Amino acid sequence: MTDKNKTTNILMVGVGGQGIILASDIVSAAALHAGFDAKKSEIHGMSQRGGSVFSHIRFGKHIYSPVIPNHQADILLSLELMETLRWVQYAGPDTQCIVSQEMILPAMVEEYPTGLEDEIKKLSQKTVFVDPKELIKKIGDKKYINVAFCGMLAKYIDLPEASWKQSIEEHVPRGTFEANWTAFGIGKTD
Amino acid sequence: MKKILLSGNEAVARGAFEAGVAVGAGYPGTPSTEILENLTKYPGIYTEWSVNEKIAYEVGIGACLAGARTLVTMKHVGLNVAADPLFTSSYIGVKAGLVIVNADDPDMHSSQNEQDNRNYARSAKVPMLEPADSDETRRFTVRAFELSEKYDTPVILRTTTRISHSMSVVTPDSEAAQSPSLEKVRALKPEGFSRDIKKYVMIPAFARERHKVVEKRMEKLTADADSFDINIIEINDTRFGIITSGINYMYVKEAFPDASVLKLGMIWPLPWKKIDEFSKKVGRIFIVEELDAFFEIEIKARGYTVTGKDIFPVTGEFSPDVVRETISAAMGEPLETKEYYASPKLPPRPPALCPGCPHRTVFKILNEMGLTVTGDIGCYTLGVLPPWSAMDTCVEMGGSIGLAQGIEIAGGETAIKKTVAVIGDSTFAHSGISNLVNAAYNGRKGLYIVLDNNTTAMTGMQPNPFSGERITLEASVAVDYELLGRAVGMKKDQVKIVDAYKPKDIEDAIREMLDKDSLSLLVIKGPCVIWKRKRKKKE
Ligand SMILES: Cc1ncc(C[n+]2csc(CCOP(=O)(O)OP(=O)(O)O)c2C)c(N)n1
Repeated sequence: MTDKNKTTNILMVGVGGQGIILASDIVSAAALHAGFDAKKSEIHGMSQRGGSVFSHIRFGKHIYSPVIPNHQADILLSLELMETLRWVQYAGPDTQCIVSQEMILPAMVEEYPTGLEDEIKKLSQKTVFVDPKELIKKIGDKKYINVAFCGMLAKYIDLPEASWKQSIEEHVPRGTFEANWTAFGIGKTD
Repeated sequence: MKKILLSGNEAVARGAFEAGVAVGAGYPGTPSTEILENLTKYPGIYTEWSVNEKIAYEVGIGACLAGARTLVTMKHVGLNVAADPLFTSSYIGVKAGLVIVNADDPDMHSSQNEQDNRNYARSAKVPMLEPADSDETRRFTVRAFELSEKYDTPVILRTTTRISHSMSVVTPDSEAAQSPSLEKVRALKPEGFSRDIKKYVMIPAFARERHKVVEKRMEKLTADADSFDINIIEINDTRFGIITSGINYMYVKEAFPDASVLKLGMIWPLPWKKIDEFSKKVGRIFIVEELDAFFEIEIKARGYTVTGKDIFPVTGEFSPDVVRETISAAMGEPLETKEYYASPKLPPRPPALCPGCPHRTVFKILNEMGLTVTGDIGCYTLGVLPPWSAMDTCVEMGGSIGLAQGIEIAGGETAIKKTVAVIGDSTFAHSGISNLVNAAYNGRKGLYIVLDNNTTAMTGMQPNPFSGERITLEASVAVDYELLGRAVGMKKDQVKIVDAYKPKDIEDAIREMLDKDSLSLLVIKGPCVIWKRKRKKKE
């Protein structure tokens, strides 16, 4: 079980439209259901129009700041390769990085930068890369990929399964719970 | 009651419901928009998107004078628009409670400036509360209504983006929301307006008397503030003490869990006895406030030596790290610097007009034509960025048409042929129409282009007076551009409506209208692609 007295800091990043907000809603509510104090911070507005998106999630016995202090992210979950490196201010050598190899070109950029995976390994040795195509193949539908990523996250934060289940049920569209729960399970065992 | 996670905006709506609010009015604006959108979900509350903030505020005054507890919501710059009613509503006071929620945006996540609206509380002489998390936001909303009625004053609840958009744990007061007394408040038809001219009609003779009442009210509030439980003194380590409010309290506690803190829940007027008491108990005093030196100037004027903006920035947001580093350095205990990985330079990923966005075509044409474009505020402001690079000014909502008029007046004939104003439909309704009237009235000959995407896209798809729907999505009148033009004396050929996806039609219309020696209004119509997608999902 996650230490009740320790604060867990999770940073989720990606690009507008990838479903970061839903994923972070699921994680923060799962923590709440597990009996933790939880906070979540993100900015809606301009950033949605294809810009960078981030969400800070913090849970523990008692949380003050909704924003993660610098270099204290326990987990950095990135749904887009380049975006991982935009937020290194919050990460450190001990941050567990879960990084999708999805590459989305920003507007007005012709060529995607290279060598990013090596850079990310320099940021933290504890990095797992995820091939989004492989993951979609396993879950069968790209709609559920952000919930599958929640499953991958679940490997590192150890909240009770019932809390996850309750949270996913509350947050996904009616009629899609089974598919999402399966995707979560695949992410968790992947 | 079960604990839930709510954003600050959801918590305001929840608090308003618990307080028995009957009317909610506002104009969208990040980060305040979701308050009213959430309020519509509660039973028995009338809500509306007003045409602009000034009107929302006026609806609020009327509703509260007729006996309905009323919530008015807007972003920080919205209060500039509503400042006129604000200052005088301070004189006339309220009957049922009137609470204005006003969201500041330090760091300008989605705004054109980062003004500090605490200054409005001081200059309009109204109390202002500032919560530090979602549960406080809920409770302070209820409290604001109580104070409003007790002290006969509008009350401003100030949030900042980090409060509005962050989620934290809320324990809703199910009893309050279901208590017999509240049931009664809700069932009670507001008693209606009753005449009280010395209080409600601000001619100078009556206003002079009311100004005295306002000053007395603020004196009484100042005295009572010392006993308000929302102003909290926490004495721990007394080497230094921190005076703060709102989200900064959370940053302070994160950075210095053992520090002594005076947390102000009511940030205007200030609780002087509490400040005096706190300052006696601690050594050096730090003021931790984002944006202006608001507390600092007041507290210094009382004769205290405090440290604030000499070490903290006036611009941008704070964070736990800003607070920790700045105060540690000032206390002569700078933090050890550790080397961390630095990432290579990445290409920026700014927001951009969506693929398929109806605004794209016109900016391509305006760019190719090399025109001077006075711009306005909305998604289409992104037309300033490459590859369009087709915007020359953006000041405030409605400003595009006003600036174009000034350029025409000063620049003469050549300017007329080279300048166009570009404005969105919601913005045109907000304050562009009065600008069109001004142009017609004063004989202007410019071309003004309305980009009508059938929604207020920038702030998340709110209906507006041109889209034919209200906040509840029930059908409504859609203002008619052609009749509007007619009403200000424009002939048929001076108003044109073209399809946003027909570049040739757009270009022809622009050339033709620029060539003509008369005022023209070109409406480019094409629904927002996100709005269309959302609508499909609903159906
Ligand atoms: C006085 C004021 N109120 C509210 C806002 C927030 N705001 C920015 S743009 C906008 C409306 C944009 O809608 P529209 O003009 O229809 O353009 P669109 O985004 O749909 O292209 C609003 C409400 C503001 N900047 N200033």
